[in-house]
Amino acid sequence: MPSPASPTDAPQRSRFSWTYFASPATFYPLAGAMIPWFAAAAALLCAAGLYVGFFVAPTDATQGESYRIIFIHVGAAWMSMFLYVVMAFWAVIGLAWNTRLAAMMASAIAPTGALFTFLALWTGALWGKPTWGTWWVWDARLTSELILLFLYIGFMALQAAIDDPRRADRAGAVLAIVGVINVPVIYFSVQWWNTLHQGASVSVSRAPSMAATMFLGMILFALGFWMYSIAAALARARSIMLERERRTDWVVSEVRKAT
Amino acid sequence: MNWGSFEAFVAMGGYGLYVWGSYLVTAAGLAIEIALLVARRRRTLRMLARLHGAERP
Repeated sequence: MPSPASPTDAPQRSRFSWTYFASPATFYPLAGAMIPWFAAAAALLCAAGLYVGFFVAPTDATQGESYRIIFIHVGAAWMSMFLYVVMAFWAVIGLAWNTRLAAMMASAIAPTGALFTFLALWTGALWGKPTWGTWWVWDARLTSELILLFLYIGFMALQAAIDDPRRADRAGAVLAIVGVINVPVIYFSVQWWNTLHQGASVSVSRAPSMAATMFLGMILFALGFWMYSIAAALARARSIMLERERRTDWVVSEVRKAT
Repeated sequence: MNWGSFEAFVAMGGYGLYVWGSYLVTAAGLAIEIALLVARRRRTLRMLARLHGAERP
């Protein structure tokens, strides 16, 4: 692992103070060192998920083979909710302490969160057509997930519309924080409104009401998408750091190292 | 889960359109995002090289 930026760049802080990696200059090389590991974990977990999902998990008694969409549908849906909460968390940190790196992390997560929200809606529609007989219905779960997609897109559009990065961070943070209430709404929508979408087969309070191999395939993909999201967000954060701190010395040394 | 033949695997019990439609779009989405990330990094490094190259050749 390459050593973080030389101490002359970062203010004089011992490496083990918990804010040592809170500055772009020191976090940039650390993130760079971590990305390959997360990317490799993502590839392995998704490959294992594909194998278990298609070659180990049996045919479903009632749905036949169409249920195999569950492996990526649930993984994408969990990621869409989880990433929004993580984005809101960084938004709060960035707003409260006015730290640049926290705000950059929030901006780095949004596109990946939007992608998984779209994939959750897409795979859900393709699973709904054969099993429910329709691509879309204004069901509580589906509608709140669609709102989540609009929140992600709104966050990205709002930040893109404001030139000054610091003001864009604050505006985006407020939207992210306001929108985070939608995540529990999505999660509990199947119980509160009990419309078409089925209830949770997996919950923290009781054992999953699923066959073990089906559950394993789903967990493998969920973990794989999680590792992927970390790698993607860190990669995007590094680009954001380089762009926003393009006049600093540490960026100059990074560019010289990279080219 | 023994599929018997590649054709059966592709047919996916008659749900091939839906299952492969889901998996291919998901794979495409991830691939496109990775491509965008790589392209953004290259573009940023080129911009920085121009920016700093010009000042201190």
